[in-house]
Amino acid sequence: MNSEKVTAADQVEPSKTARMLEVEILRYDPDQDEAPYYQVYQVPCQEEWVVLDAVNYIKDKLDRTLSYRWSCHMAVCGSCGMMVNGEPTLSCHAFIRDLPDRIKIEPLENFPVARDLIVEMDSFVEKLSSVKPYINAAIEKTPEEGTYTQLPQQLQDFQLYTQCINCLLCYSACPQFALNEDFVGPAALALAHRYNLDSRDRGRSVREDVVASNLGVWECSFVGACSEVCPKHVDPAAAIQQSKIAATGDYFMRFLTPWKKTTKGQKSSKEIHDEASKR
Amino acid sequence: MKLANGNYIRPPARYSWWLRQGRYWRYMLRELSSLFIGIFSLMLVWGLYRLSQGEAAFSSWSANLWDQMLPLSLLVFVFAFYHSVSWFAVTPKAMPLRFAGKRLTSAFIVGAHLLLWLLVTALTWIAFIYGGEA
Amino acid sequence: MNLTDRNADNLNKEAPKVSHKPVVWSLFAAGGTVTALLTPVLVLLIGLAVPLGLLPQALFSYARIQAMLANPLIKLIVFFVLFLSLWHAAHRLRITLHDFGLRADGIVAICLYAIAALASILLAIVLI
Repeated sequence: MNSEKVTAADQVEPSKTARMLEVEILRYDPDQDEAPYYQVYQVPCQEEWVVLDAVNYIKDKLDRTLSYRWSCHMAVCGSCGMMVNGEPTLSCHAFIRDLPDRIKIEPLENFPVARDLIVEMDSFVEKLSSVKPYINAAIEKTPEEGTYTQLPQQLQDFQLYTQCINCLLCYSACPQFALNEDFVGPAALALAHRYNLDSRDRGRSVREDVVASNLGVWECSFVGACSEVCPKHVDPAAAIQQSKIAATGDYFMRFLTPWKKTTKGQKSSKEIHDEASKR
Repeated sequence: MKLANGNYIRPPARYSWWLRQGRYWRYMLRELSSLFIGIFSLMLVWGLYRLSQGEAAFSSWSANLWDQMLPLSLLVFVFAFYHSVSWFAVTPKAMPLRFAGKRLTSAFIVGAHLLLWLLVTALTWIAFIYGGEA
Repeated sequence: MNLTDRNADNLNKEAPKVSHKPVVWSLFAAGGTVTALLTPVLVLLIGLAVPLGLLPQALFSYARIQAMLANPLIKLIVFFVLFLSLWHAAHRLRITLHDFGLRADGIVAICLYAIAALASILLAIVLI
C-alpha cells in the first residue's frame, strides 16, 4: 500500500496515465429545444474509470447543465442505464479501457426522452405492478401460525429471477418492445415468473390475464438480446420461454377441464377492469 | 417527435433495426431459416402429389429436384442446419430440469440434444437405405 | 399526472385477456423440434444425396418409394413430420415478416396459415 500523502495536486490533476476521450452526448432541454442534438466533450480519463466517471467529470468541470440519473456507482441500483456506442449499458459498469477513444452516449433506447440522458419510465412501472408482484398464497397464514417454509432447492428454482434491479437495459435491447411499446416486456415478465415459480405462490392464474395475453409472453419472439445485456444475468428470455410453456399447458388444461376456476378469492384483471367500467 | 408534455420520442427504425447489431441480424437469419424449411416442406408435399400421379410424373419431379433445384436444396440445407444448431442452443433456457437433486447444466442439455440429432440422422439414413426393396 | 387520470387511461385500453396463441405456438414448438432433428438429414437424403453422388439413383425409384409409402406407419410419420414442418414455418414466417416491418399481421397470418392448411389437406389426400 502506497504510504505517500495524497496532496491537493493529486486530487485535482488527472494522473499521468490519463487518456483523452472524445465523448459525444445527446442533449435535450424540453424548455428550449424542439429536438435533441449532440454535444462533444474532451474528457481526460484515468485508466480505471467507468463511463459514469467521465460523465460526472463533464458535469463537474465542463458543463453543469448535463442531466442524468445515477446513484450507487456499483451496478446494484439500476439508475445509470444509458446507450454507450449503441449498446444498452450501466454507465458505472462500462470500463473506458474496453472502449475506443470516441464514445457516443445516448439515453436508453425505446423510452421517451425527458431531458438529456433521462428517460421517462412510468409505463414500465405500471407494467411491473400489473403482473401482481407479490405472493398469492394458497393458504393465508397468520403471524401466529408461523412463516411459510421453503426448501433451499425451492428457493433455487426462482432465485435467479429475484435479481432484477429494474435498470431497463433489457427493454432497450428488445426489438419487440421497440416495435410495440405496449409489450409487457422482459423485466416485468421475469418478475411474474419469479412469483409463479415461488413455491409459496399459487397466483399463476391471476397473473395470466397479463402474462399470457397477446401483449405478454406472446409478443416475445425469443431474440434473446434482453438476457445478453442484463447486468445481473437474470435471463428474462428464459423466464419468458418457460412462461410460454406454462401458459400453453394452462390453456390446454383449461380446455380439457373448463370447470376449474381461478384461485379462490383472487379477482382476475378482467374482473377488476369490468367492475371499474361499470362504476 | 416532441410531445405536449415536453418528452421527445425518438423514431424507431422500423425496417432497419436488425441491421444495427450483429445479434439482431443473426436473429433474423435464424428466423429466415423458416422460409427455406417451409419451401422445402412444400416441395416434398408436391413430390408426394407427383408420386400419386404415377411413374412419369414422379420421375420428372425427382429429375427436376436433382438438377434445377440443386442450388435451392443446398441453401435449404445450410439454413436447416443453422436452425437445428440455434434451436438446440436455446433449448436449455426453456427446460430448467433437475436430476437427483442437481440442476442439469446447459452444456449437458445441448449435448444430449446434439447426440439425439446425430442418432436420428443416422437412423433415418440407414432406415431409408435398408428399409425398402433393393 | 394525477392517479385518477392514469386509471382513466387504463380503463380506455382494452382489458387484458388470455391469448389463443398457445394453439399455433404448440404447433410451432413441436414443429421446431421435429425440423431441427429431421430437416437436415431429409434435405441431404432427398435433395442432395443423388446429385452429390452419395447414394445411387435406384434407391429413389418410383417403385421403391411407392412401396415404402404403402406402409401405414410410414404414412403416419410422413404426415406428422410434414404437417408440423409446414405449421412451424408458417408461424415463424409470420413473425419474421412482422420483424421486417410489415404491419398487416392479420392478413399475413391468414395467407400463411392458408398455405399451410391447403398443403396439409393435399398431403392428407395424397397419403390416404
